[in-house]
Amino acid sequence: MKLLTHNILTSKCLKGVTVGYPLGIVCHTQAKEVKVNEVEFNPEFISRMIQKVDWPALCKAAENLGHSDDLPPAVVDDYENNEEFLKKAHHFLMEIEVINGDLICPETGRKFPVTDGIPNMLANEDEV
Amino acid sequence: MMDKIETPDLSHISSSDYENVYEPAEDSFLMLDALESEIPYIKAIKPTICLEIGSGSGIVLTGLAKCLGSGCAYLSVDINSHAARVTQRTATRNSVNLEVVNCDLVGPMLSRIQNEIDVLVFNPPYVPTDESEIDPKSPIALSWAGGLRGRKVMDRLFPLIPQIMSPNGIFYLLIVKENDEDDICKVMKSYKWHGSVIMERKAGREYLKVLKFKHVKM
Repeated sequence: MKLLTHNILTSKCLKGVTVGYPLGIVCHTQAKEVKVNEVEFNPEFISRMIQKVDWPALCKAAENLGHSDDLPPAVVDDYENNEEFLKKAHHFLMEIEVINGDLICPETGRKFPVTDGIPNMLANEDEV
Repeated sequence: MMDKIETPDLSHISSSDYENVYEPAEDSFLMLDALESEIPYIKAIKPTICLEIGSGSGIVLTGLAKCLGSGCAYLSVDINSHAARVTQRTATRNSVNLEVVNCDLVGPMLSRIQNEIDVLVFNPPYVPTDESEIDPKSPIALSWAGGLRGRKVMDRLFPLIPQIMSPNGIFYLLIVKENDEDDICKVMKSYKWHGSVIMERKAGREYLKVLKFKHVKM
């Protein structure tokens, strides 16, 4: 699961949850469970994607993974022409992957497991 | 050349995988052919997010992603955890970057994809069946059993279309004759989405069609 995907997942589908966002991330043994996968850098695509990203949620996710040092705390002005910024955004959105861990509902603490990179967001019948 | 969809390599999928995951068949290939015919149009709207619901083996979105390249994010969801894993393996096998989420329709992302989806692909469980054949314990039954008129699952998605699709978004839906194309188009029209058949084919007992829906601008 890329952080791009984490950026659009919520637990709002659970009964009683009002926002359910952003989901916390816990990895059991960080060294093994977070992977950095090199992905082709497409600055034009990243520029379009940045407009859709919830940046504070991305920062929080990076912080949860202990990777936040390098991530600017806010989207810079004129980011389309700032290659250094776009490369960082690309790295955090597209290259850092959570392999095994849990996503945690910020309101109920309900855990959604991530297994081999795939988040299981299925809710039980009595939860919806 | 650039506008061709190459059929993805599926040689990594075993017959035991296909006990729990829908094996690509005529409907999957019709959807791939229909998308191939749409590539110039899809490129023209410059999609940022492509979503496939019920990706199964992953053949369709992997093919599309391979053709469109790195200018877009590819997201697939499937309610079947076996299918989610196989979709991921298909993407890896074909060197495609594709994200997979195991969930029911777009439930867990609904509030975060409001008017964000540029291309939506759905080959739903379309076979008309008794309600009892929609067995939540059988992943393979969930991949095809569509309940009354085969509409049970797709009818849950239709009301979400105006919420999740971007203003220039395109929604591709595979149906069979029994799903009642006219009625589907009527439902979608009530949401101001216009549908038309872009490809159809008879395959054995099934008469398959791919519908394309676009927002009607006022």
